[in-house]
Amino acid sequence: MSITTSDAPEVHGAEPAAPEAALSPKRSFRSDLVRTYGPLLGIGVLALLLLVWAPGSLSPFRLGNLGKYCCWALAAVGIGLAWGRGGMLVMGQGVFFGLGGYAMAMHMKLEAAGPGKVPDFMQLYGNGTMPSWWEPFRSGPFTLFAIIALPAVVSFVLGYAILKRRVKGAYFAILTQALAVAFSTLLIATIKQTGGFNGLNTFTKFFGQNLYDPAVKKNIYMIAAGLLIVCLVIVWQLYRSRYGELLVATRDAEERIRFLGYDPANIKLAAFVVAAIMASIGGAMFVPIAGIISPSNVDATASIMLIAGVALGGRASLLGPAVGAIVVGYGQTTLSEQFPTQWIYFQGGLFIVVLLFLPFGITSLLPKLKELASRRRITGESAA
Amino acid sequence: MDALTTPFLTGTAIGAILFLAALGLTLTFGQMGVINMANGEFLMAGAYATYLTQQVISSTGLSILVAIPVAFLIAGLLGLLLEVSIIQWMYRRPLDTLLVTVGVSMVLQQLARDVFGAQGDPVRPPSWMRGSIDVFGYHWPHRQLFTIVLAVTALAALTALLKRSAFGRRIRATVQNRDLAETMGVSTRSVDRLTFFLGSGLAGVGGVAIALISGTNPTLGATYIIPAFLVVVAGGVGQLKGTVIAAWTVGVVTAFLTDWTSGSMAQVLTFAAVVVFLQIRPQGLFTVRTRGLA
Amino acid sequence: MSMKAQFRPLVVAVAALSLFAAACGSDKKSSSDSASGTKDVAAASSDTCVTGSSVKLGFLNSTSGAMAISEQTVRDSLMLAASEINAGGGIMGKKIKFIEEDGQSEPTVFAEKIGKLLTEDKVAAVFGGWTSASRKAMLPVVEGADGLLFYPVQYEGLEASKNIYYTGATTNQQIIPAMDFLKSKGVKTLFLAGSDYVFPRTANKIIKQYAKVLGIQIVGEEYVPLTSDDWTTQVAKIAAAKPDFVFNTINGSSNVGFIKAYHEAGLGATKSPIISVSIAEEEAPAMGVNLTGQYAAWNYFESVKSPANTAFIKAFQAKYGTNRVTSDPMEAAYTSLYLYKGMVEKAKSFCVDAVNASSGGVSYAAPEGTVVVNGENHHIAKTGLIGQINASNQFDVVWSSGKPIEPDPFLKGYPWWNPNQG
Repeated sequence: MSITTSDAPEVHGAEPAAPEAALSPKRSFRSDLVRTYGPLLGIGVLALLLLVWAPGSLSPFRLGNLGKYCCWALAAVGIGLAWGRGGMLVMGQGVFFGLGGYAMAMHMKLEAAGPGKVPDFMQLYGNGTMPSWWEPFRSGPFTLFAIIALPAVVSFVLGYAILKRRVKGAYFAILTQALAVAFSTLLIATIKQTGGFNGLNTFTKFFGQNLYDPAVKKNIYMIAAGLLIVCLVIVWQLYRSRYGELLVATRDAEERIRFLGYDPANIKLAAFVVAAIMASIGGAMFVPIAGIISPSNVDATASIMLIAGVALGGRASLLGPAVGAIVVGYGQTTLSEQFPTQWIYFQGGLFIVVLLFLPFGITSLLPKLKELASRRRITGESAA
Repeated sequence: MDALTTPFLTGTAIGAILFLAALGLTLTFGQMGVINMANGEFLMAGAYATYLTQQVISSTGLSILVAIPVAFLIAGLLGLLLEVSIIQWMYRRPLDTLLVTVGVSMVLQQLARDVFGAQGDPVRPPSWMRGSIDVFGYHWPHRQLFTIVLAVTALAALTALLKRSAFGRRIRATVQNRDLAETMGVSTRSVDRLTFFLGSGLAGVGGVAIALISGTNPTLGATYIIPAFLVVVAGGVGQLKGTVIAAWTVGVVTAFLTDWTSGSMAQVLTFAAVVVFLQIRPQGLFTVRTRGLA
Repeated sequence: MSMKAQFRPLVVAVAALSLFAAACGSDKKSSSDSASGTKDVAAASSDTCVTGSSVKLGFLNSTSGAMAISEQTVRDSLMLAASEINAGGGIMGKKIKFIEEDGQSEPTVFAEKIGKLLTEDKVAAVFGGWTSASRKAMLPVVEGADGLLFYPVQYEGLEASKNIYYTGATTNQQIIPAMDFLKSKGVKTLFLAGSDYVFPRTANKIIKQYAKVLGIQIVGEEYVPLTSDDWTTQVAKIAAAKPDFVFNTINGSSNVGFIKAYHEAGLGATKSPIISVSIAEEEAPAMGVNLTGQYAAWNYFESVKSPANTAFIKAFQAKYGTNRVTSDPMEAAYTSLYLYKGMVEKAKSFCVDAVNASSGGVSYAAPEGTVVVNGENHHIAKTGLIGQINASNQFDVVWSSGKPIEPDPFLKGYPWWNPNQG
């Protein structure tokens, strides 16, 4: 039997194309193609909706809201990686969202103050002197570097400390949540350096562009949505790669991976760091869109709301977390408009219903229904 | 010396409340693998129960004493309701129960706001709780002593229950080896339910103590839930001894840090201290030795 | 995963976004029907920026979250004022139609909701906000949309915006008179206790500088986060320092914990009495202890004797129940709606520029007394009052500044003020 090499790219698991089996190679080839590139098509459709349809059809206010949802979706994609594929329930992503957000906000505050001058709140709450660690953020390139580097370093150190000691599951979740609480408390306590409870707000420029110009606002939205698409593609590639397999294996059978010679802590650490960076990017773009970052975007509640979208959309799927985050964000805005006093019940109820009946999110609804239907068919037959 | 004894006593009082709050958590986590983030709201339920008792009984002293069993019952029943309706489908799924109970806690907080109003309600401490006793020249506020006595009594009662009663034996059996207990005829389902009732009820008693500090308000639970969980994690899940020691330590450390720095920094540093401790001993102070791999 | 499974998230995405589109589509349709904006005057039949028989106003308060406690009372008095004004024929013949939104006690949400109210609902003005964080978050939005916000809460000053009217006290109308009162009582030592956020920190900065001028020694300064209720350690320090007075800038439920700890330490109205700036008629009964003899600095008390106040209390209790009390922020919110009416009637227009041009000098016989709008800094002249709590948790006025104090949010008229000193 000769094994003909297919000239199609990366056909996983395809049977060697034996000449007799005329039909099967083609079918498996197509389904493999779909399996590989289907999600990419999904990302493409999302990109079309976010980057082409939305800017043309939505009012500036709604577009700004969608931009905020995209920032949350960025963090959610990271959570999908760490939790859905990695099995680490990260309940403190608000910390990294805040790190990126505050870094960006510090730069924009310094832009607003002007060269050599000090941000307004330092004079209001303090004595007008600026701590020296603010100064580097005057530079745009450094800020961009910090948005990636800061969360990477912090998540690496924390993740190393926690994961190497084999803290996992619920303990890990609680520790990350405590981290979010601690960080937001720290921000509140350092009012002279970080604006405290008020956070950082009142910006004028975004990297030299006037923040209040509608065209600039639209561009900022495009950057946020674009970054979301880019991160989705990165994560898509991660899931397809060997690392993605390792991560899922670590989630499902950590001890076996250890026996195979890998250190699961390192594998999980990598996912944790990537998730932190994505949350940080989301936070960084949130600032020019929302015009403010404060400890309430960082604390336990904010971190939990980031999880809500992932839980709803389906944590292990590729598009689920992003779409879930956008839907939850949208729901939050509209429900609190329609039902200003009852919408918390909706939010809480969402957690309860989804986790009770659809722990893998809405995307698992159809397979579950099909499974129920097929089970009934089988029992029906055997009963008859 | 006063600089040492005041924070020490305050810290013990804080630890007493943390212990009551953490007790339910450690029991349910250790036995059923269930994380109950709504435990803070059981604290809140206990506080509101105290307020309601005071509406009925006008004598402040008597009302506080009556409020203790009332809070226990109300919080316990609330916990039982939660268990029967939601939690019982989710045993052995700690992460899922964590998120579900987050949703439950949101709902309960909003319910409290809708029923009692967003403004907290006052709880009048009895006159014998004002003032302090002087021992060797140090002030020991009555309220803190009351809180500590309350926690110690609860601990003693619980220990007696676990060591002496048949129900306690069933709980210990279920925690140590659920399957074997079931083969011996122990109805683990009803043991689970009663444990949940017990843990929630104790949180309610903790709520009485909190109500004496600051009255009631719908966001009371949110303040205590994270420190309570840190105590559980540091003490070793399911270990009563560990919970006591961890709660006491966390309380005292927090009080000393508050004295030296400020309230906010104390919270941050306490958290950092727990993380460092977990580096040294990630499984907590005490653990059940098993043959498992974890 | 099967082929169908690939597209499931996609289906959800498309469904979600089309829902979004439907909602936005309907928004756009309705907004294009009505007047296209408070500024877009050309299409309107009259040049008053509001067409139709009613004028839309936005009420933005937290009905959920930690601040809902206080903001609900503000919402109640706004609705009372709106119904009274409507009963009297509305503003320039247009009835008020109010749109309620929930700020959720979160600055980001306040910023989002005020954006919605101004740009989507096209309200003529927004009333609300509570914490300085919420106001600072709303500031760029209301300035960017060139709208109007009426902010009813006493705050730390050091701010003025052409798009915001501040009907609560600024520091020279509340903090500084309180210090003058303390001086008049011969206070020599003062302890500062506050919550850890902007208002107490800024207020204490001002207090420290003014205390130096007055010759009052500050013997302690303690802060506890808003979320914490345990003041035991800090109160022990107060007891040890034995100050003549305690200046309380604590807010929210933390105040309850403070008062309880304070009483347990044996302190009280005769031993280190407290003067507060955030305990009012609503909060006093909720403390659970007897506060008789303690002081508070406000610009309105329910016990203020004036025909306007009698009518206000009567109407409020008739609408909401006789056990309800009235307090300073509630009265400031009520007044703000009437002041807006006055400004619009003077300008004969709802347009923001016209209102701003003629707002200076607009006065109103408020329950607190006559108030006058300062057209330069958009604050109002208010009378400073010090009240002492009595047995029925009401405040007896023990000191008054006599006539209204002109607002000076940047403390320009106070030579001892140095913003660069910590």
